Amino acid sequence: MTARTREDIRALVIDTLAAIAPEVDFATIAPAKPLREQVDIDSFDFLNAVIRLHEKLGVDIPEADYGQLATLDGTVDYLVKKCSSAV
Amino acid sequence: MTVAMIKTTYREAMRAALREALQRDPRVFLMGEDVGRYGGSYAVSMGLLAEFGEERIRDTPLSESAFVGAGIGAALAGMRPIVEVMTVNFSLLALDQILNNAATIRHMSGGQFSIPLVIRMATGGGRQLAAQAAKAGAPPKPGDWQSQMRKAIAAAMAKSKREIPHYYLGTEIEMTRALAWLERENTQRPVTARMLYAVLLIKAVALALREVPELNGFWIDGAFQPGPGIHVGMAVAMRGGGLVAPAIHDADRKSLVQLMDDLRDLITRVRSGRLKSSEMADPTITLTSLGDLGVETVYGVIYPPQVALIGFGRISERAWVENGVVACRRAVTASLAADHRTSDGHRGALFLAAVNRLLQEPEQLQ
Repeated sequence: MTARTREDIRALVIDTLAAIAPEVDFATIAPAKPLREQVDIDSFDFLNAVIRLHEKLGVDIPEADYGQLATLDGTVDYLVKKCSSAV
Repeated sequence: MTVAMIKTTYREAMRAALREALQRDPRVFLMGEDVGRYGGSYAVSMGLLAEFGEERIRDTPLSESAFVGAGIGAALAGMRPIVEVMTVNFSLLALDQILNNAATIRHMSGGQFSIPLVIRMATGGGRQLAAQAAKAGAPPKPGDWQSQMRKAIAAAMAKSKREIPHYYLGTEIEMTRALAWLERENTQRPVTARMLYAVLLIKAVALALREVPELNGFWIDGAFQPGPGIHVGMAVAMRGGGLVAPAIHDADRKSLVQLMDDLRDLITRVRSGRLKSSEMADPTITLTSLGDLGVETVYGVIYPPQVALIGFGRISERAWVENGVVACRRAVTASLAADHRTSDGHRGALFLAAVNRLLQEPEQLQ
């Protein structure tokens, strides 16, 4: 299995969100601020993002962990941790 | 199968398509104003003259009706012409040829003659090249659907505010049990089958409407007509503004899993613009859940000819007094906007009480 770097995962998260909210310029997103304040996504969009990340990375993202996905940095940290423990 | 992605411009993609057609079939030729030496409208056919020669890349005089007609004749005679009309609004100059010949000869000849003809018409981004030919209308602009939708919403809501004597009721509903049940359910499901709490709201509303049927239906020609079923219109916001509320049919008779499938399908199609018009006309009541935006309470405007709208705000932790003790509970504010011509506050209150009662027994909602 090829190891994914932090940058890979970050790019994947941004691709996933960009597919859902194509109007957003992700270069302007503040990585430590809540995504929901910066990107117009609802609970349905969020669930779709979780599904896509699950499909692409093969990691399980339980609902109880949603709180850790509030910011871009938090999401990347969480997925990096998940991916390394999944190997 | 691997699919290679290439990044290109619209111009280059068009030129590649033309070249491919010209290479594949010797009967194909391109003609139109300035398609040859000049390189074509937006330079789409630049270079094709040198590549394919004057026989197959033909410059024509400024005479849309004549050269579109010549293209029709060539197609009848066995060629595969691509006729370029420099910008789309000039097509009306060739209206007679397009409508009365190209579009009808097959029918007029009883299917004996087909017209294998491509008429290529370029247009810009909608900010120019509008009405240059005498009878041309403006080409549709990107973003037009949004202003159309805004007008449609404005017309419906103005009618609603003008004609419907609204009354409003609201109540706080404790969601602790419902959410705990849902969270437990979701831990047992693969992520692709997880349910959103909105399906609990839809089901509770649908079942409560059985108890207060005068909220479910239409006000038409001065009288109430009960809905033919309980078809809950889910208000779904569109990216870039506007909203639609297509129907989830027979919501009272569907399981939560079915409702989630329906909801997923509807939202996906709303956001990709693939709704059927019947889905827009069918709802017998509208449900709007604005909780994702953090608002507390919805003050709904009824979508005529419906007679009620139920709204849900944000689910939040609240101080909840029970048996003289303050506890922290998750709760949501449900509100009803209803038409006084068909119901009154007493019946509306019974409806909200039923929604509340149903949400306290989530396992019964399945």
